[in-house]
Amino acid sequence: MKKVQRQEKVAWIVLWTAAGLTMGLLFMIIGYIFKEGLAVINIDFLLDAPRKMGAKGGILPSIVGTVYLTVMTLVIAVPIGVGAAVYLNEYTKDGRLTQAIRFGTEALAGIPSIIFGLFGFAFFVIVLRPVTGGWSVLSGSLTGAVMVLPTIVRTAEEALKTVPMTYREGSLALGASRWQTISKVVLPAAFPGILTGIILAIGRVVGETAALLLTLGGTILMPDSLFSGARTMSMHLYLVAMETGAMDMAFGTAVVLIVTIFIINTVAGMLRKKLVARFR
Amino acid sequence: MNEKIQIQNLDLYYGNFQALNGINFSIGEKAITALIGPSGCGKSTFLRVLNRMNDLIPSVRIEGHVLMDKKNINDKSVDVAELRKKVGMVFQKPNPFPMSIFDNVAYGPRIHGIKEKGKLEEIVEQSLKLAVLWDEVKDRLNSGALGLSGGQQQRLCIARVLSVEPEVLLMDEPTSALDPISTLKVEELAQELKKRFTIIMVTHNMQQAARISDSTAFFLNGEMVEYGKTDLIFTKPHDKRTEDYITGRFG
Amino acid sequence: MRERIIEKLIFLSALTQVLVIVLIGFFVFKEGLPVMDKYGVFNFIFGNTWNPTKQVYGIYPMIIGTIVVTLGSLIMGVPLGVATAIFLAEIAPGKIGRLFRPGIELLAGIPSVVYGLFGMVYVKNLILYLEREVLGNVLPTEYQWGYSILTASIILAVMILPTIINISEDAIRSVPLEYREGSLALGATHWQTIYRVLLPAARSGILASVVLGMGRALGETMAVIMVAGNTVALPRLSILGVFAPVRTLTGNIALEMGYAGPEHQQALFATGIVLFIFIMILNIGAGIISRKGVKQK
Repeated sequence: MKKVQRQEKVAWIVLWTAAGLTMGLLFMIIGYIFKEGLAVINIDFLLDAPRKMGAKGGILPSIVGTVYLTVMTLVIAVPIGVGAAVYLNEYTKDGRLTQAIRFGTEALAGIPSIIFGLFGFAFFVIVLRPVTGGWSVLSGSLTGAVMVLPTIVRTAEEALKTVPMTYREGSLALGASRWQTISKVVLPAAFPGILTGIILAIGRVVGETAALLLTLGGTILMPDSLFSGARTMSMHLYLVAMETGAMDMAFGTAVVLIVTIFIINTVAGMLRKKLVARFR
Repeated sequence: MNEKIQIQNLDLYYGNFQALNGINFSIGEKAITALIGPSGCGKSTFLRVLNRMNDLIPSVRIEGHVLMDKKNINDKSVDVAELRKKVGMVFQKPNPFPMSIFDNVAYGPRIHGIKEKGKLEEIVEQSLKLAVLWDEVKDRLNSGALGLSGGQQQRLCIARVLSVEPEVLLMDEPTSALDPISTLKVEELAQELKKRFTIIMVTHNMQQAARISDSTAFFLNGEMVEYGKTDLIFTKPHDKRTEDYITGRFG
Repeated sequence: MRERIIEKLIFLSALTQVLVIVLIGFFVFKEGLPVMDKYGVFNFIFGNTWNPTKQVYGIYPMIIGTIVVTLGSLIMGVPLGVATAIFLAEIAPGKIGRLFRPGIELLAGIPSVVYGLFGMVYVKNLILYLEREVLGNVLPTEYQWGYSILTASIILAVMILPTIINISEDAIRSVPLEYREGSLALGATHWQTIYRVLLPAARSGILASVVLGMGRALGETMAVIMVAGNTVALPRLSILGVFAPVRTLTGNIALEMGYAGPEHQQALFATGIVLFIFIMILNIGAGIISRKGVKQK
């Protein structure tokens, strides 16, 4: 065999092995977690309150906390994020302010979540305590919103860019105002893209732990208002694993988390396809 | 024939570039006026003066007067939205919104404040009938507009414009993206519509201008070279440049 | 009128992007700088001892811990990620490629605590076995714990894989077809084309993927806390040092914020400042790389 062919053969073997290893790792991690976690999962696990700091019982408060926090984060972040994207794409030509806004978005995207946690703690938990109630769903959601803003702004801006100019002209030529055009034609047309950003944001919030440890409090009790502390499933997993050593419960929580994220991604994918297909 | 629009000494600049130069003429009411001329001659730019779509471009500067029903449309007191409602526009490529057929036509009335369902249905039906599209789509008003053929889409866009009861219709090469049969349908429609509306149509197609328009204006390099009755322009043009253009000696 | 109000609101939401980044900088520095100043920047950064109860704040071991763990993850993650990217962009049969896409998406979507949990049970036990059964005679007892630089690096390497694979694959795919055809037309084999034409052409994109992966590793908190052991001590300067338990800057903040007193809290904010600066340096580096990439084209 010629040297060149031998090289090619070796390279192919290496590449196939690397790809196999990557997939192997994925299956191993998912498989291991399901193997360890499925045993504790039943209806009671999903619908009971935890006992013994989570070493026994269920995870209901953390499920409620996750939903609560995610919804609030989106309520805060989506209007602001989409608004910023609308400003950048619809209202302004490149100027110094636009550059500053883009820089802000870029910089925000690169900041580690623990720094968001420090900021959220210093600002929302301490300074704004009279408003947010200290460690609370509100403080956590505000912090989460700051974290997901760059994602939402970027995806929304990309989506707005894909809306044809002719839609805007058609609407304006009918005597619609700028905002009517944006709200009734441009944003609906960009919605599938915006939805992608929202899904990414949900994924980030559901998976986040570090920033929330410093802002959401982490109580094991059921959250009863915006101003009470809470914990998400990710936080619950961490706290149970580190503080109680009840690994079976931690793995059970991990399974619920992975399934949740999988469902969100799948549903979002289907929804997006449907939305895009609707007017064809 | 009454004069609907009078253009007096109109100049238009994109930054330092002068795109329209000293345009003077009057457009008759309830007739089709065709604007012809080679690409880049300023005819589309001129069309966009009439509903102030050029406002979207920050560097545009306009001098001179455009009077519609004796009122200057560039006057500060003019509400642009009202003007555009009165002066509808049909674009080169059909641009229905990604909504249902019904919502496309109802869009205009809705943004101008009509909410009542029965009233909207009435407007949609009338507009679609006027655009000769009703029979083709009446059974699927709630399906997507993007599923229509190109010609149907263009007639839908015309229906969409008619729904806000304009007085003037601007058509920017409305058939350039359509097949011959759809083109014919849109031309017939234009003939029908001129009984009620003042139509100004930019076209590249001189046969089209000759077939359907009452008056024709020939544009060249930002100037309006000649304007008159269509049959006169195409048979006995005064200006040498017009003659060259219509006999195909340049362009 | 309503239109005006809406336009104001839209402008405000755009301004929020700037405001937030300013606020973050302001609060982290405001809280962190005083203690740095009081304790001395040099002592803070190069001090070897961290003992908040005695007001001793030296974060040098954690800086080293952060750097070592990050580099470790790159050493494992980059070759594996780039090789997988080449595989996906160039040689994967269609069916296999379609299988990988959701797989990598899932890998990217798994929360970091889940990786941490997997690490603190499965990988830790593997490393523990290695430390006790294989290297028990050469390793000091404090290095026979399972939690270590190596454990953390392995977990981080897996976590940065999706970033590296996705961005590198895009970079390789975006190399113009003419380059590929030009090389193949000269009689080069597929591998020679990949190695000599595609990879050099995709260089800046691949480098960008590495920088982004590095950012993710540097900023990761939870997974690292769960597997690194969190001991504040410098690892040994030998190959056996990879079995040393370490604490990272991020870990320091997350572990101690919950129970810290006022000055201790400030020291944790100061730790945040150092992390902030690390990330800034990385981002500036990334900016330079991407500008170079643009120039090349």
